[in-house]
Amino acid sequence: MELLVASAIGVMTAGGIYLVLRLRTFPVILGVSLLTYAVNVYLFASGRLTIGAPPILTDGVETYTDPLPQALVLTAIVISFGMTAVVVMIGLGAYLGSEDDHVDDRPATQKADDQA
Amino acid sequence: MTHWILAPIVLPAFLAPFIVLAARHHIAIQRAFSVAGIAALVVISAGLAWQVSDGSVIYYRLGDWAAPFGIVVVGDRLSTLMILLASVLALFVLLFSIGSGWDRRGWHFHALFQFQMMGILGAFLTGDLFNLFVFFEVLLIASYGLMIHAGGNDRLRAGVQYVLYNLLGSTLFLFALGSIYAETGTLNMADLAVRVAEIGPEETVGIRIAAVLLLLVFAIKAALVPLHFWLPSSYAEAPAPVAALFAIMTKVGAYAIIRVYTLIFPPDTVATEGLHGVWLQPAALVSLAIGTVGILAARRLDRLVAFSVIGSMGTVIIAISLFTPQGIAAALYYMIHSTLAAAILFLVTDLVRAGRGTLDLTPRPPMAGTVLTSGIFFAGAIAMAGLPPLSGFLGKLMVLDAAFGSDLVVWVWAVILVTSLIAVVGFARAGSVVFWKAHSLPPAETVDEQIVRPGALCYAAVGGLLALLVAHTVLAGQVHDYTTDMAAQLFSPDAYIDTVLDTPGKLSAPQEEGY
Repeated sequence: MELLVASAIGVMTAGGIYLVLRLRTFPVILGVSLLTYAVNVYLFASGRLTIGAPPILTDGVETYTDPLPQALVLTAIVISFGMTAVVVMIGLGAYLGSEDDHVDDRPATQKADDQA
Repeated sequence: MTHWILAPIVLPAFLAPFIVLAARHHIAIQRAFSVAGIAALVVISAGLAWQVSDGSVIYYRLGDWAAPFGIVVVGDRLSTLMILLASVLALFVLLFSIGSGWDRRGWHFHALFQFQMMGILGAFLTGDLFNLFVFFEVLLIASYGLMIHAGGNDRLRAGVQYVLYNLLGSTLFLFALGSIYAETGTLNMADLAVRVAEIGPEETVGIRIAAVLLLLVFAIKAALVPLHFWLPSSYAEAPAPVAALFAIMTKVGAYAIIRVYTLIFPPDTVATEGLHGVWLQPAALVSLAIGTVGILAARRLDRLVAFSVIGSMGTVIIAISLFTPQGIAAALYYMIHSTLAAAILFLVTDLVRAGRGTLDLTPRPPMAGTVLTSGIFFAGAIAMAGLPPLSGFLGKLMVLDAAFGSDLVVWVWAVILVTSLIAVVGFARAGSVVFWKAHSLPPAETVDEQIVRPGALCYAAVGGLLALLVAHTVLAGQVHDYTTDMAAQLFSPDAYIDTVLDTPGKLSAPQEEGY
């Protein structure tokens, strides 16, 4: 269980970092999404892994899972979802405006061509 | 328990939706409410700062749940001073954006501005690390909107970079929070301070990783080299009033470093011994050097100012990374100065853009309003470069003085003094190209239609900031005394911790009498 969760986080983070380092907007956004998945699982695991245990007080139950990380993950999911939507919109606007979806600064010569 | 400490967060949070929903087509009503809201924030922040100036700590438990289970909002000398600085800066920036008409060049400027203030003030006031993350996100998502306000291809492209970089920063922040929670089981700052101090020397691996991750996040916010790459394009492409407001955002990072690394991981903690103290200062020295080289290398005025922000953040972090009361006091004095100076320079940049149509550092015919604009630029450049008589000089002097105990004192002195000289050269070159060489050219034959002379309100706003800077210089003794008190309070955090943890509320441990 621990191995599965840990390697899932590791693989997603590695893939996310690889994609984030790409040159075009779309893979970078995918990479950011992968990273947020990884961090959500990581946050979830930060309260220790417990299987089949309730997070709130219940009669006759001895083991509980930590409820706080679940609340944190919920917040993190909502925020990362909203942020991804924002970056998709801004990236789309930048692409449609300049017919070019590279994430780096444009060379000065190209800017001058546009203005001419 | 005073409820007023929640007002700086709640007031803009209610005002922003009101402006969107009730006044979206009436710019005059938006402006009236926005200015009234920020003015109220200034008054409330001043009141709170006055209330805690005797060294007391005020706090608010949300829903009356006791810490560490509930969320707390805490105000001490440092956080109230920062909210006062942020709201005063916001007031002048808002007046400028109204005077220059920036707020009409796109939708929802005033609503986003209010949300931005909510995020900034919340980040300064919160006593909970996860809430710090949430307020970071609030201020970031508002800043995304403000940064691409009024549109344009270059601005959108810079916006994509800015958003992506900050998304990565947020992810890193969550990783850090997860690590801290896994190690300590709490995210309340006061509770963390207690629990981190209890961690023994043999089980420090997790908390050390968490401390470094957290520092990386704050270093991204504070634009510390090598994590500064987001800053030059985004600040240069952002609308000038927005860039001026962003001058406080890098200070949010510096504030978070001060708060977390004096309260939770103070310099003598066993768990994080020899960690950030070792490499934070060299990184800050490199930041100052790179920022200043950028001032000299910049080919546009807005980029020049953006690089000067990186340099000044380097100076702030140099002083912080001493982790002594004297260093923190100097850092806080310089931080106030650098916020005001950067805001002045960004606003002057907009005056120049309005007057001559371009920010390229190439000679152009004389522009309208040269005398006043160049005078303000001159004052701002003196302040930023750290020449006497303005507060940049005093601030740098305090930093140099505080550095005496450091191992790297030679480097600190050398880098600060040499970079000051380079900054003087860079600003002098830019100013002479923009303002003086103009007179060696023949006057323009056709008057460009787009060039409008900025209104009196713009000059009033910049003048107001300049007056604050002068006041910061004249009252340097009093301000420095106050920041020294502040640093003393930061280095004896028992009052803070006791106030937050020991005040009873719902769910707190049963007391002997009552409950």
